Amino acid sequence: MSKTELPGRIRKAPEGFLDPAQIAKVQSGRRDFLRNAFLAAGAVAAGTAAAQPPKAAGFQGESEILDLPEHSKGLGQPVAARGYGAPSQFESNLQRRESPGLTRVSAASVSFTPLQGLFGIITPNGLHFERHHQGWWDVDPSRHRLMVMGLVKQPKVYTMDDLMRLPSVSRMHFIECGANTGMEWGNVAVPTVQYTHGMLSCCEYTGVPLAALLDDCGFDRAAARYVLAEGADGSGMTRTISIDRVLDDVLVAWAMNGEMLRPENGYPLRLVAPGLQGVSWVKWLRRVEVGDQPWGTKDETLHYVDLMPDGVARQYSSIQECKSVITSPSGGQTLLDKGFHNVTGLAWSGRGRIKRVDVSFDGGRNWRTARLEKPDEPKCLRRFNIGWVWDGGPAILQSRAIDDTGYVQPKINQLRAVRGSRSIYHNNAIQSWKVAEGGEVSNVQAY
Amino acid sequence: MTRIFRLALAVLGLLACAAQAQSKFPGVGRPATPAEIAAWDIDVRPDFKGLPPGSGSVAKGQEVWEAKCASCHGTFGESNEVFQPIVGGTTAEDIRTGRVKSLATGGEARTTLMKLSTISTLWDYVNRAMPWNAPKSLTTEEVYAVVAYILNLGDIVPGDFVLSDRNIADVQKRLPNRNGTSRRHGLWDVKGQPDVKNVACMSNCATDVKMASALPEYARDSHGDLTVQQRRIGAAAAPPAPQSPQLALAQGKTCTACHGIDKRALGPAFHEVAAKYRGQAGIEARLVEKVKQGGSGSWGAVPMPPQDVSDAEARSLVQWILAGSP
Ligand code: HEC
Ligand code: HEC
Repeated sequence: MSKTELPGRIRKAPEGFLDPAQIAKVQSGRRDFLRNAFLAAGAVAAGTAAAQPPKAAGFQGESEILDLPEHSKGLGQPVAARGYGAPSQFESNLQRRESPGLTRVSAASVSFTPLQGLFGIITPNGLHFERHHQGWWDVDPSRHRLMVMGLVKQPKVYTMDDLMRLPSVSRMHFIECGANTGMEWGNVAVPTVQYTHGMLSCCEYTGVPLAALLDDCGFDRAAARYVLAEGADGSGMTRTISIDRVLDDVLVAWAMNGEMLRPENGYPLRLVAPGLQGVSWVKWLRRVEVGDQPWGTKDETLHYVDLMPDGVARQYSSIQECKSVITSPSGGQTLLDKGFHNVTGLAWSGRGRIKRVDVSFDGGRNWRTARLEKPDEPKCLRRFNIGWVWDGGPAILQSRAIDDTGYVQPKINQLRAVRGSRSIYHNNAIQSWKVAEGGEVSNVQAY
Repeated sequence: MTRIFRLALAVLGLLACAAQAQSKFPGVGRPATPAEIAAWDIDVRPDFKGLPPGSGSVAKGQEVWEAKCASCHGTFGESNEVFQPIVGGTTAEDIRTGRVKSLATGGEARTTLMKLSTISTLWDYVNRAMPWNAPKSLTTEEVYAVVAYILNLGDIVPGDFVLSDRNIADVQKRLPNRNGTSRRHGLWDVKGQPDVKNVACMSNCATDVKMASALPEYARDSHGDLTVQQRRIGAAAAPPAPQSPQLALAQGKTCTACHGIDKRALGPAFHEVAAKYRGQAGIEARLVEKVKQGGSGSWGAVPMPPQDVSDAEARSLVQWILAGSP
């Protein structure tokens, strides 16, 4: 096989780690260079580093094949060695991370999901992004209560036992913070997709429709227009939800991806408000009040409002509009080989289903339609893939999603023309990744 | 208490029976008692529904502020240390118009008082969530008082003012940004009209592709060593790193988000730290404390936040850093 027939490899490392000369060396076949680089970083286990590059003269075969490894020659570990399994030790690079300087105190902060390393649409529970306003707690479920009150015939209290007796439903939905990509309203500000788009996760949630609980309390259908959801943590997070949303698909959920919620995600009970910004998905949910006016709480008056160019703040802007992003190749990675690459990413819409995703390799001049993976669920992530043969030249990769309302994901300049650049929230612009001649991928804004 | 709720109380037993009888889910849940509802129903709406009767003076508010708030928010609510400033940026003209002018013209700095459009929001939030580390510990009088004090710092009420449930509606009429919000947009209703319309052009689209922005050179390292944030396979076939346990700990505790081993990020490179303190007596203990408590001044004005590490972890990390991060 000649080099260009090899499947294209992406080096998941930033340019800063390999300088252009070094990348050129690697591309010219000095693959051992990489091993040396990792050796220098203390990265190579003794004895495994000596593999010859396949092209070397007298090449007999790889040590990985010729010399049987320990795991082929010895006895492995017993069952239940780890009562709750954990990812391979080799996966420790994928972590939730804070964006330095974004917030001032880490109990009122956010950690981002490493989208660059994930597959399909489900976010592993340990990598779900976090956003806390007053720290997180591990709440004893036997002492947790949910109260439903306000415009209801009978205010009621439910224990977790009560709730888990009710007819439950399981549904897959994305959750996206309203401030996702908010750092990029003005300029490119962060290097990788983890930080540009990582306030995004997707789970299969299990719980009971909030509408069933409102019915159980005999809510006043004629007068009810809003619901207040309140958390049990110190912040007592409170958010106003429209009764239309509640009667449509809002859940009171205790499970994510087959297990109970993680403490960082509101164990034992949270609101699931499909299509609405993450802050509405109140964690440690303790109270639901039915009312006829919105509450104007701190996080719907001072924050999570969209500041428009004329200085007016749009209040109650909750829907996460249609959006997509290429997760690989993405900022911080390097294409090492010309030739074939699978380009993959995620698309979603708070108004419904993803109908189509187009991908451009020339900064938006020409587009091709990507392959959409199953499932096709409303208000849920959709994985897309498209093949690309990289000719080694510069390119600008973009993806553009279209949802089932016909809405086409906008360009950043189109958004700015209406909303200016100081909004912080609801930036659903097309993301551009620049591939430089050397293969380095970086975050740019192009339109 | 709502009117509906009082009504419900009057016929509580009767309704409870009826509700239980009608329920699709007999035996699930129980009626909430009036005391329980009173304990949790603390929200205050913009129309002041839910606001408990009471009052508090600016003078009393100053005491509360200095004892319980100033450490984080600054004596005059001006501090940027833990959060954006609370006070500042509003003018007498704004109070007159109800629109904070600098929101249209100004830059990034936006204080709480600049954005606040409903006074209930401030009352409700301080009552439910502040002080940050001891939420729900203030008395009703203290909440009125400290809200009055914040308003006074913004010249919205005079120094001898006493804020109460009876005059709070008048204060609302003086809020600098009371006319500063709008609900006319398509992002509330799932069927709402989007305000940006792109078209799905497929070829030779009329774009003269413009590179408007790229990550500035100085920000390249702002997020630490990106190599350790990517999976190692699918690319270089190097086996993964059996790294030093301290490096793994430093990554696990996200020290490396702000510190490179040999590259400066938000904080100094660990090699710089080792070089600076080489041979200094008592340095290990001082740095262990610094890591736990956070602080600034050794390398610049940017503070290190307090780190969530045990004594043993902090010591192990500091020893490793001082040894040159092997
Ligand atoms: C230990 C530090 C700390 C103390 C003490 C403290 N606060 Fe705060 N305060 C914070 C933090 C952090 C936030 C931001 C919380 C968030 O992100 O949701 C905040 C937010 C606020 C806000 C909302 C600001 C905005 O624009 O969103 C107000 C108002 C406020 N505090 C008032 C007070 C008052 C009044 C007191 C004293 C009774 C107090 N704080 C004591 C840390 C503190
Ligand atoms: C959010 C960013 C951030 C994180 C996370 C962080 N640091 Fe720091 N660190 C800083 C900054 C900024 C400074 C410089 C402070 C100064 O100038 O005094 C610093 C300084 C230091 C110093 C030198 C202190 C001195 O007085 O010279 C040490 C040692 C240190 N950090 C260790 C750690 C360790 C260990 C961790 C992880 C447990 C960590 N840091 C996590 C930002 C951070």
